[in-house]
Amino acid sequence: MPSNDKQRTSGEPMLVVRDLAVKVDDKQILRGLDLTVNPGEVHAIMGPNGSGKSTLAQVLAGREAFTVTGGEVRYQGHDLLALAPEERAREGVFLAFQYPVEIPGVSNVYLLKAAVNAVRRHRGEQELDAMEFLSLIREKMKLLDMNDQLLFRSVNEGFSGGEKKRNEILQMALLEPALAILDETDSGLDIDALQVVSKGINALRSPERAMVLVTHYQRLLDYVVPDFVHVLAHGRIVKSGGKELALELEARGYGWIEQETARETAQAAK
Amino acid sequence: MMAAVALASQTAPDPVAADFTRIASALPGANVAWLAKLRRQALERFVERGLPTTREEAWKYTNISALAKRPYTLGTKSDVTPVVDVAPFTFADLGAHLVVFVDGRFSPALSRIGALQAGCTLASVADVLAREPERLEAAFATRTGHTIFSDLNAAFARDGLYLHLAAGVTLGEPVHALFVTTRDDVVAHPRNVIVAEAGARAFVIEHHVSAGAASYFTNAVTQIDIGTKASIGHCKLQQEGARAFHIAGVHIAQRRSSRFESQSIALGAALSRADIATAFDDEGCEASLAGLYLVGGRQHVDHHTLVDHAKPNGTSRALYKGVLDDGARGVFNGKIIVRPDAQKTDAHLANHNLLLSKSAEIDTKPELTIDADDVKCSHGATVGQLDETALFYLRSRAIDPATARALLTYAFAHDVVERVPLAPLRTALERTLLARLPQAERLRDIA
Ligand SMILES: Nc1ncnc2c1ncn2[C@@H]1O[C@H](COP(=O)(O)OP(=O)(O)OP(=O)(O)O)[C@@H](O)[C@H]1O
Ligand SMILES: [Mg+2]
Repeated sequence: MPSNDKQRTSGEPMLVVRDLAVKVDDKQILRGLDLTVNPGEVHAIMGPNGSGKSTLAQVLAGREAFTVTGGEVRYQGHDLLALAPEERAREGVFLAFQYPVEIPGVSNVYLLKAAVNAVRRHRGEQELDAMEFLSLIREKMKLLDMNDQLLFRSVNEGFSGGEKKRNEILQMALLEPALAILDETDSGLDIDALQVVSKGINALRSPERAMVLVTHYQRLLDYVVPDFVHVLAHGRIVKSGGKELALELEARGYGWIEQETARETAQAAK
Repeated sequence: MMAAVALASQTAPDPVAADFTRIASALPGANVAWLAKLRRQALERFVERGLPTTREEAWKYTNISALAKRPYTLGTKSDVTPVVDVAPFTFADLGAHLVVFVDGRFSPALSRIGALQAGCTLASVADVLAREPERLEAAFATRTGHTIFSDLNAAFARDGLYLHLAAGVTLGEPVHALFVTTRDDVVAHPRNVIVAEAGARAFVIEHHVSAGAASYFTNAVTQIDIGTKASIGHCKLQQEGARAFHIAGVHIAQRRSSRFESQSIALGAALSRADIATAFDDEGCEASLAGLYLVGGRQHVDHHTLVDHAKPNGTSRALYKGVLDDGARGVFNGKIIVRPDAQKTDAHLANHNLLLSKSAEIDTKPELTIDADDVKCSHGATVGQLDETALFYLRSRAIDPATARALLTYAFAHDVVERVPLAPLRTALERTLLARLPQAERLRDIA
């Protein structure tokens, strides 16, 4: 599988999700989800609580607790579902967690360095030594307006909600993924932090990179303007549109889409 | 087992009693009347009861019958201390007074005891028995909380650490008591006595290791008497040989407003058992007990802790954590007793276990006996596997599963190591811990 963009044939989508069905504990959560993301695009996924947004994000990152019961996922033309989570990460898939995990006793800087070097090893690049790594990370932290101290504390332990989210974006900035999936990275951020984090996200936008933003709010999308907006409900993408769709959702909620979907389903039945 | 001993004693002399007859006159302080009497009494108690069986509540999950079958040599004939390199067992930058015991005997040549301030006595128990045995009479006569193994120890003990601090003395450097076993089949009964008079302070590391020996038996007893407002830290490190038996009792008596801080780290031995028991003899005492056992293979590790809140306004905290891999077996029994008089007691006890394999097992039992009404007490125990979400989080950061598991295991155990107050010792323990985990080289700069 190609590990960088040069090898990719131009015009190949970054991500193609076809008819994806996912179960957890015998509960069907995704029921035939379709989504295509091309390099350079930013997609926003919105939808009611419990509709399966995090499930989709975690399945894409390789969480084994979810069982794929149907459909397929292709990443840069290859079968993503065949890869273990760490292989996906090394191939350039990154998930910013909705609830970043606390790991007491493991320093943040250790995790960051281990992650960066695992990716570098995979790419056949030289591992960074402590000094090289520190200078790299300081530069990224400045961009995210993060306190140095967070490096030497245990991973996410006792971090405020906002600090945890910034830490996720810091990881993303270091790993420079080809496909970044950000699960509610904006939740819990104050107004200033939202701007800083958005700046961090925008800094990574590039023609070779694609992003999927899971969010409930328009305010993130004011800063990180999406190319497409999708609504996930009942385990499927029920509506897609441009950035105006998010504004419409903000104004009208999800009820009208549910009605629209119900009408369409009824018509299809006829 | 008990029946076998009883039967044996009717026909042939008990082998332990025979050993005693053979070597008693050669033990240090053999000519001291009170000591000879205590030794004889202890032996009689031991012979009468014999080794405990799993029918006894305190030994329900720990079967020591294999102990009786081993050909341990009591009281080696040779007085020549074997040559051994203790450097690998010492801690860089700790600046401790190093007191080394080889196969149960004090080794002046290997020890490095620095200058001591006035009011501080640091010596080997054998030396004290030879010169000023009366210093030890009170401690040796105390049997509170003792078990059948402390009786065995009392009958045969020949050496150990003696530390006495006069009122108000703070021992600036820690004491590192290092017990090295160099030969198979050795049995040693170290007896350590630590006395801190009012307001005195010290930190003692009791460290059991093997230098080339695999199968032997250590039966240690440590008595700690903590005076009014005095404070003692005790870190017990059990890194015995792979097929060794290690049985240890740490018995603490705390006077008014005294403080005791304990860490018990058990990594070695085929079978180990530690009983750590403190009693608050007066008001306002504080005790903090932390423990970590990290075992694999077919190792068996047993901890029994007891905090006896006999008097009011006492505070105790106990946190024990266990990591069990392969077919290892763990036992934890943590007891808190709050006597009727002990109002305003604040006691908390927790035991958490991580099972890394399907065949690893733990029997955990926190026990609370409360006979006072105005108290704050709680206890809890958990047994679990590595957190799936945390594993996924690490793997999603490109970390391979083996390293991720090692990281989380380390993180789980680190919580206890973190409580070791001396940085050089803590760092050394962190390294020891890491060295036990797979992918150790990847985990070097973890903390
Ligand atoms: N491990 C699990 N076991 C059982 N049910 C689960 C599990 N994980 C998720 N679910 C259920 O799957 C459904 C979808 O959850 P998911 O987290 O994907 O929703 P979401 O769209 O991200 O919601 P939110 O907007 O609240 O973050 C929910 O009903 C949730 O309770
Ligand atoms: Mg979610």
